[in-house]
Amino acid sequence: MAEQQPILQMQGIHKRFPGVVALNDAQLRLFPGEVHALMGQNGAGKSTLIKVLTGVESCDAGSITLAGKPIRAESVLEAQALGISTVYQEVNLCLNLSVAENIFIGRFPMSRFGIDWKTLQTKAMAALAALNVDIDVTLPLSSYPVAIQQMAAIARALSTDAQVLILDEPTSSLDEDEVGRLFDALRRLKARGIAILFVTHFLDQTYAISDRITVLRNGEFEGEYAAAELPRIQLISKMVGRDIDEAAFARQAGAEIAPAEDEAPFLAARGLGKLGSMRPIDLDIRAGQVLGLGGLLGSGRTETARMIFGIDRPDSGSTQIKGASVNLHSPRKAIREGLAFCSEDRKTEGIVAELSIRENIILALQARRGVFRFLSVRQQRVIADEYIKQLGIKTSDSEKPIGQLSGGNQQKALLARWLATEPKMLILDEPTRGIDVAAKLEIMDLVKAQCRKGLAILFISSEMSEVLRVSDRIAVLRDRQKIGEIAGNDADEPGIFRMIAGGEA
Amino acid sequence: MNIQACLRHRLFWPCATLLLLCLINFAFNPNFFDIEIKNGALYGSVIDILNRAAPVMLVALGMTLVIATRGIDVSVGATVAISGAVVAVMIGGTLAIQDGVQTYVANYPMPLAMLVAVLVALLCGLWNGALVSGVGMQPIIATLILMVAGRGVAQLITEGQIVTIYYEPFFFIGNGFLFGIPFSLYIVAAVLGLLLVLTQKTALGLFIQAVGLNPTSARFSGISARALVLWVYGFCGVTAGIAGLIVTSNVKSADGNNAGLGMELDAILAVALGGTSLDGGRFSLMGTVIGALIIQTLTYAIYSLGVPPEVNLVVKAVVVFTVCLIQSEKFRSMMFTSKQRVEDKS
Amino acid sequence: MKAMRYINPRTLPLVVTTALFILLFGFGAVSYDAFLSPQVFVNLIIDNGFLLVVAVGMTFVILAGGIDLSVGSVVALSTMVTAALVQHHHWSIWAITPLVLIIGCAFGLLHGVLIQVFRMQPFIVTLGGMFLARGLCYLISIDSISITDPTYTALSEYRLPLGAETAISLSGVIAIVTLLVGVYIAHYTRFGRTVYAIGGNERSALLMGLPVARTKILVYVLSGFCSALGGILVTLYMLSGYGLHAIGFEMDAIAAAVIGGTLLTGGVGFVAGTLVGVMILGVIQSLIAFDGSLSSWWTRIAIGFLLFLFCLLQRLLERSKLGKK
Repeated sequence: MAEQQPILQMQGIHKRFPGVVALNDAQLRLFPGEVHALMGQNGAGKSTLIKVLTGVESCDAGSITLAGKPIRAESVLEAQALGISTVYQEVNLCLNLSVAENIFIGRFPMSRFGIDWKTLQTKAMAALAALNVDIDVTLPLSSYPVAIQQMAAIARALSTDAQVLILDEPTSSLDEDEVGRLFDALRRLKARGIAILFVTHFLDQTYAISDRITVLRNGEFEGEYAAAELPRIQLISKMVGRDIDEAAFARQAGAEIAPAEDEAPFLAARGLGKLGSMRPIDLDIRAGQVLGLGGLLGSGRTETARMIFGIDRPDSGSTQIKGASVNLHSPRKAIREGLAFCSEDRKTEGIVAELSIRENIILALQARRGVFRFLSVRQQRVIADEYIKQLGIKTSDSEKPIGQLSGGNQQKALLARWLATEPKMLILDEPTRGIDVAAKLEIMDLVKAQCRKGLAILFISSEMSEVLRVSDRIAVLRDRQKIGEIAGNDADEPGIFRMIAGGEA
Repeated sequence: MNIQACLRHRLFWPCATLLLLCLINFAFNPNFFDIEIKNGALYGSVIDILNRAAPVMLVALGMTLVIATRGIDVSVGATVAISGAVVAVMIGGTLAIQDGVQTYVANYPMPLAMLVAVLVALLCGLWNGALVSGVGMQPIIATLILMVAGRGVAQLITEGQIVTIYYEPFFFIGNGFLFGIPFSLYIVAAVLGLLLVLTQKTALGLFIQAVGLNPTSARFSGISARALVLWVYGFCGVTAGIAGLIVTSNVKSADGNNAGLGMELDAILAVALGGTSLDGGRFSLMGTVIGALIIQTLTYAIYSLGVPPEVNLVVKAVVVFTVCLIQSEKFRSMMFTSKQRVEDKS
Repeated sequence: MKAMRYINPRTLPLVVTTALFILLFGFGAVSYDAFLSPQVFVNLIIDNGFLLVVAVGMTFVILAGGIDLSVGSVVALSTMVTAALVQHHHWSIWAITPLVLIIGCAFGLLHGVLIQVFRMQPFIVTLGGMFLARGLCYLISIDSISITDPTYTALSEYRLPLGAETAISLSGVIAIVTLLVGVYIAHYTRFGRTVYAIGGNERSALLMGLPVARTKILVYVLSGFCSALGGILVTLYMLSGYGLHAIGFEMDAIAAAVIGGTLLTGGVGFVAGTLVGVMILGVIQSLIAFDGSLSSWWTRIAIGFLLFLFCLLQRLLERSKLGKK
């Protein structure tokens, strides 16, 4: 193995975005005929590294060599021409075209009269057969499930004689059988000597398919390991950047389930699940308590929150509020029942950037009151100013467009929007994402303070230390299912990562 | 600082354009600003422009709200025709002898006829709204259907004839004067006033903006965007219906084929000229009124310059392209890359 | 999966359209003796040839996810330019025709560039083009210009015999040829497939390395060309140029494409379907003409109703597809 030359080598890659260092001296090696997993937390720099490699972004410093020759792709197409093909999470094909066209569009076989459909179909069948897929290639891509679409995308990527295949979270929307088929295809490609870079959040899949693993953390290269020689618990600790004390875990073992409390929970979810997005889950969220959802990215945290708030309709299970069965079929209904939801995607699902801070703060309250019970501008200003003061939103004026605020202050304004509705339960999905450390601490203190006032809180964060810091109890998720629940004061990071890593580590 | 604020005000450019057009008119026609009083009513170019702009102002006001929700309504011209047809057929006017004097009487009481016409227009609007918010069609396509079929419906109502109205009181709406000012302007003022109250004294304005700017965020905040969009289209139908009454009263007849022809385009243009983004969100009702006045003043200027009135279309085309170019971010960044401010980015 | 093969959601609108056409034509044949003659059928093409030509261009624009509202005005402008040049300046038809086609393409180019380069909405840009072309008509002349040139009258009256009692006009032939070329372009050229890809998912098309910008601009050029060609056919049909020709024509063209099974959101449809769409519009007109008691406005209502039905059908198909995922 060691004698083999890497087909692709990235060294000393630096990339800065305004205000952030995305990559700092990152590196990556890919050997022919291997599946290489790229792992890391949110913001570790995985996607930036791939963007640099595929020509979407240019790097500030560093070298990339392919088969010994230095390359610098300026666009996705150039990268493709060089032999680096990418298959993205959302299938980037045209669903309206036939499978065959999707594989070969841009490189159609031509006859004297134009496109040679016969040859096209034969070639497409052959390309898919190489991946062990046998389907009618003349049907539109949309008539097939995502897994087949994924296969078509891979076939397209390979049809350019790719030496390097990048799979960016290809399994996010696949079920187990489909993942199995995909891995089957990957093994065939491996045998053909193609180097595969596999980005995923699923630990099980990482170990099922990869030969080696590169871990990135905070934009830096953490290490490159043979998958067989890196225990799960080690991998997690590399990813989160903390050593996990083996002994500490032993102490936790007995304390997995927090004692049930007598009082009925504010919201109880039973078997809430949605096919292809979240396995049935039970959750109890109590007044005056913070329930943390712990788990790695892609473990189903956001999906759970969206189901509870009525954004995505669950196809199984039921919800009870204070013991009474309710059907939260829309956010509107959920809000009427006293729920509030701070989305993880602040820009597209949270703020209305062009509206003022004042308008953003009173939006949900006004929506609850209806069109005609209008809060006068003066009343609005009183409410807005009160929350600006209470939450310490730094702005000179509540009339400024909210888009001009910093991320942390936007987040506080969104918190204010929901607190203004005087909710009974607050769902916070990554409330601290993309904001500076001081603001993070402030927001967590605010959450705690609200909780003490009797609010039930569901807290979601990628940063396990945050979850631990604020949560009274923690429900641990892995691969879209709940694997356990622990009391907050009994829990520590190693314990939770142990649970996520699974028993076998 | 004050001049800066003034320059940046959203109504600055529409107002400046209108003023410039007025000055051009004045340069070619020194009597442009003259207003005289004849028979207790005001006459003059300015009054004439205001009066003629009334229907477009009304339609454009309704259109402003539709566009603010990221929609468009191309069926307003057809709605104008339908409303005109309904009111014309219901009023009509037959010769009768009352107390020995020949007078025309309406087939149905005039208030009833007008109410029915506006209700029919409301139905047209709600139909559009249902297709957009209920069925989920793209707004341009949903309203295209009524644009195609609406003129047929209008002709169906008038049975293909141009229905002439002989009932004197009805003419007052489009041609009458109240306290020296054309009556139609009172209607515009009333609708504008109502809208200003609704958008500023109720949450309507806020909700419309929120839905237009960020529909997801609006939904997550608990705004029922569906109902909102439905009624916004309904309201747009109503304004078109009222405009239909004025147009019909103006020409004392209803022509299903030509009434309100091209009015949807004028209305959209007025909205764009008034500074409302065609991509939805922030809107300006006053801007729309000024936009409609710009169009009418431009038409007037073309007439008074002695250019054939048909050239108007070419000028309008140039205006459309210019306004859109100015609204186009790509164009702006090409022109003013150096001036870009950090705050503009958000 | 099996059932899917029989009811393909892509072809379903076209199947419905064809069935509807047969139904309407059959109804005409049963009701009116003279209806079931080959000439009535051919007349459908002769009388609607220019619509077919324009609708083919429109189909490409819609397939690429755009819309072109200027087609009617460009048709009018073409009649006007032709009539003015032949009547007032006595140009030869061989000089006029290329010029008119170039003007049409120029309009399309203008639209395409504004839409693609400046990211303006197709709807609003072509609306501007609509004003511009009509305005230019009136700049040439406000009144209708009749054409008395012998070449044009001869071409207008020319009939190519098809069998015993049937004959087709030159415009009919041109329309059919245009349709065939359109079908070829859509299904056998890279350009055509790129149009479909852009309509399906523009971002993906870009990532797949397709020439998106060029294709999008060319689509509008193609539509401009078809409009100009349609204008030439209208000139032959009417033997006049007039600024009021082809008012509301863009709506007929859009309706023909949609009724012919083209999805208004782009990416799905058949150019051949547009022929059926045009024929349905034609049959409705013929039926109403044959009936005599029905007034002409029923045509507009019927077209609007069909447009509604097909848009609804498209939405339902889209929804059922989304629901499946």
